[in-house]
Amino acid sequence: MTRLLQLGITGVSLGVIYALIAMGFVIILKCSKAFNIAQGHIVMIGGYLGFTFLVTAGLPLWAALLAAIATAVIMGLLIERFTLRPLVGQPILAVVMMTIALGFCILEGLAILIWGGEYKVYTGALPAISLTIGGIHISSATLFTLILAVIVVAGLMLFFRYAKIGLAMRATAEDEQVAQCAGIKVTTVYAISWVIACVTGVVAGILVGAEGGVQTQMANLGLKAFAVILLGGVDSIGGAILAGIIVGVAETMAAGYLDPLTTHGGLATIFPFIIIIIVLVIRPHGLFGTKHIERI
Amino acid sequence: MSLASRTFNQSYGQDMAILRTKNQWVILLAFLAFLFTCPLYVGNTWLTILIMIGISVVSVHGLNILTGYCGQLSMGHAAFMVVGGYTSAILCGKFGFSFWAAMPCAALAAGLVGLIFGLPSLRIKGFYLIMATISAYFIISWLFHFQLPVDLTGGIFGRAAPKPEIFGIVLQSKASYYYLVMIIACLATVVTINIVRSRVGRAFIAIRDNDLAAEVMGINIWAYKLLAFFIGCVFAGVAGSLLAHYYGWASIEAFPFMDSVWYLGMLIVGGMGSTTGAILGVVAFRLLDYLVIILAPIIAKDFPAIGPQAAASLSLILRGLVIIVFLIFEPRGLAHAWGFVKAYFRLWPFSH
Repeated sequence: MTRLLQLGITGVSLGVIYALIAMGFVIILKCSKAFNIAQGHIVMIGGYLGFTFLVTAGLPLWAALLAAIATAVIMGLLIERFTLRPLVGQPILAVVMMTIALGFCILEGLAILIWGGEYKVYTGALPAISLTIGGIHISSATLFTLILAVIVVAGLMLFFRYAKIGLAMRATAEDEQVAQCAGIKVTTVYAISWVIACVTGVVAGILVGAEGGVQTQMANLGLKAFAVILLGGVDSIGGAILAGIIVGVAETMAAGYLDPLTTHGGLATIFPFIIIIIVLVIRPHGLFGTKHIERI
Repeated sequence: MSLASRTFNQSYGQDMAILRTKNQWVILLAFLAFLFTCPLYVGNTWLTILIMIGISVVSVHGLNILTGYCGQLSMGHAAFMVVGGYTSAILCGKFGFSFWAAMPCAALAAGLVGLIFGLPSLRIKGFYLIMATISAYFIISWLFHFQLPVDLTGGIFGRAAPKPEIFGIVLQSKASYYYLVMIIACLATVVTINIVRSRVGRAFIAIRDNDLAAEVMGINIWAYKLLAFFIGCVFAGVAGSLLAHYYGWASIEAFPFMDSVWYLGMLIVGGMGSTTGAILGVVAFRLLDYLVIILAPIIAKDFPAIGPQAAASLSLILRGLVIIVFLIFEPRGLAHAWGFVKAYFRLWPFSH
């Protein structure tokens, strides 16, 4: 029982990170109808930014977080302006290919160029607060992940409910042309959606990096987060959060209970991909996504 | 199709011909003669590049049929090459097949696996299909790496793939393997051209342009989408088998995930839905790699800070930039630009 709960807690903490990554994707998709495959690479860049600001620059945690978020904002604006803006109105393949080239080539290349693509660790950077409740150990990284994720999600909810630009983004997601007629500058909305995606991605990257170090393979986390995105339904933020926790727990449980059964283990690493296939075959629009009806 | 002046079609046969004029025949024969005498006057480096071009051409033709003509986005092309490479290596190494029997089997195996992962395409498309094919790569590579019996796949070490043999001569040297690759690449090109201008190819194009409209017109989407996956993956299987026997080793490392991205990139740069484009894209990408190999040491010398990682990062960034630039400025690829060149010379010297 203790083992089950312990795995559950680890799973929730992993799932929250998946949810953060997935949220960035969903926000971009809702606002600008662009599928952002580079999200995992933004997370990886975030992990390296955490290393730069926490270890190389030696900033305290709060300053490092702020600096990383500021970098993320600039990154989001640059990405939107120079790669996605010229493709407005282009077919879906062009946009998907653009984000693939952006992530798998440019961002990964930059990570190798700037940080050497090496394995960097900054485990000691987080405040050492850990809890033990009834035999279940909650590490400081887990605790920190949960706290920060709650702050980000709450902040975004408030942003979309009360901020003027947040409302504009919801209007754009609802109907782009009507929003434009109502005087909303849609290009700004696109830019802001990329900024938000970069910020959540970078925060997720720092959280992952603080727990297990950062390397270029971290971008595969983004591929795994697609299981979350598809399970939750590509255009549902609430679905992304719930599905994130489901997939995180399922993956940890698979690692804990199923891996001993397969010959060489490693089932956990491809578990999200199996989820992707199952979701796509059974229910392509996910748990909470809107079903897409096509007309000629 | 526009023809040179004073050339007229007088029969359906002439209208259908790929090579219409005497000049085209001359150019083609000259090109083939050059292609098949290359080992006589190019060095080892260029021979390696040409072999890689040949293998990639086969693979990209498959992806072109699947993605460029039928519109089914696939990012799992490397996975089907894995299946082809391993099947051929296992059949040759363990069961004593000759390469010539193993390669068709490898192609068939890759095609059948492609059919399985093509099944989701009946319900989903676009981005979702990319997700399904990415998953296919990771699941297939995991299966071959860890799950299938080790005495078949060789586990994490991979499996030796003996060099092919013909009439008692083992194709050990690079030059001899070059001939094999080029013959198969030329065959693949001819097959592709003929598939896409047949009834099947027209059905593919109709599905790509609007699958609902195609269905209303009476095209069996179910069969044709799966057929596109089968054909595309058969090409991938052949390419995988060629690559495995070229390296002499079938392993997951020989078919990295990024290869799927590069094949799509080659297709973008060359121009989707164009056989010429597929070839041009492959050549452009491989030459870009060669440029990086030349440039990297120079950059490493001038900027010592980024020296060690210059080659790896430069190759990635340069390829990415090329794809991005083509997406923004020339979405129809090199084939489109090539069309302009041809039109210019068709009317030369009176072009305006």
